[in-house]
Amino acid sequence: MSLTEQQIERYSRHIILEQIGGAGQEKLLSSSVLIIGAGGLGSPAALYLAAAGVGTIGIVDGDNVDMSNLQRQVIHHTADVGAEKIKSARDKIVAINPDVKVKAYKQWARADNIRDIVRDYDFVVDGTDNFAAKFLVNDACYFEKVPFSHAGILRFDGQLITVLPGKTTCYRCIFDAPPPANAVPSCSQAGVLGVLAGVVGSLQATEAIKCLLGLGDLLTGTLLTYNALSMDFRKVQLERNPDCPLCGENPRITELKDEEQIVCDMDNCEC
Amino acid sequence: MNLVVNGKNTDINETLTIGELLIKEDVKMPQMVSVELNGRILKRSAFDTTMLKNDDKVEFLYYMGGGQCL
Repeated sequence: MSLTEQQIERYSRHIILEQIGGAGQEKLLSSSVLIIGAGGLGSPAALYLAAAGVGTIGIVDGDNVDMSNLQRQVIHHTADVGAEKIKSARDKIVAINPDVKVKAYKQWARADNIRDIVRDYDFVVDGTDNFAAKFLVNDACYFEKVPFSHAGILRFDGQLITVLPGKTTCYRCIFDAPPPANAVPSCSQAGVLGVLAGVVGSLQATEAIKCLLGLGDLLTGTLLTYNALSMDFRKVQLERNPDCPLCGENPRITELKDEEQIVCDMDNCEC
Repeated sequence: MNLVVNGKNTDINETLTIGELLIKEDVKMPQMVSVELNGRILKRSAFDTTMLKNDDKVEFLYYMGGGQCL
């Protein structure tokens, strides 16, 4: 594939970077990223990856746009309230960059569908909103050996880690299973600073591009935590866990299963 | 003894287990934290039997959902 004149102009600020150049830009255009969840994290990730010229972007989401999403899910606009998130996201991606081919999956990520989707992609951005889905994405990417970026946000805090399955620390190395019910609130219950999703989702997009192009040092074996109030970024080194139920020495998880959806009942929540 | 808890130096004048440190640091639900001690994730079952030593590095790692909040 060679770049057209229009593409050379569009991507000139990438091409001028010694570490990317024309070859790197062509590589991005022939790469694919799957974004699971077109929400707070998935929105900025999708917008930046589209602008960057990632050739194929997949979006998995079974939901419709709600008014309360607009505070942080910046790919969806006021006029999109009520529309399918995948449609709303696809329209914006194509509007930003017609070079991008969008594959939209109007479904929730489940054990019986996600491996088939994940295996077609070079990188996965986990933008899901619940623990069952986060463990599912971790496990599916492990079984399919697709690198991914895990992230979570709550109130004023965010954290993320990049996982090269079977090679670097995975989500289950850190947390072996979802938390007990009533232990951890969701954003809808506890709130979240909208722009926090923008910061963390953009960091996920950065990791995706670095991984696709083999640039720099990935955030592997390292959890990056960010607090918006103190503006503290911290890197916590995390070695692979030999007792990890998924990628440890004696794995107990040998096939993909749905974890029970944890719903926090705020009346009984102790967090 | 001196501990480094989530990157911050913390002076402790008593002998503590990880479980006791969680209480002292006001972590209300230990089930919602993973603990890394000197670079290794500690089994939950070892929280109450692992004694802290001078210069130990402890990280409390919290579950965080978010993203596509409904």
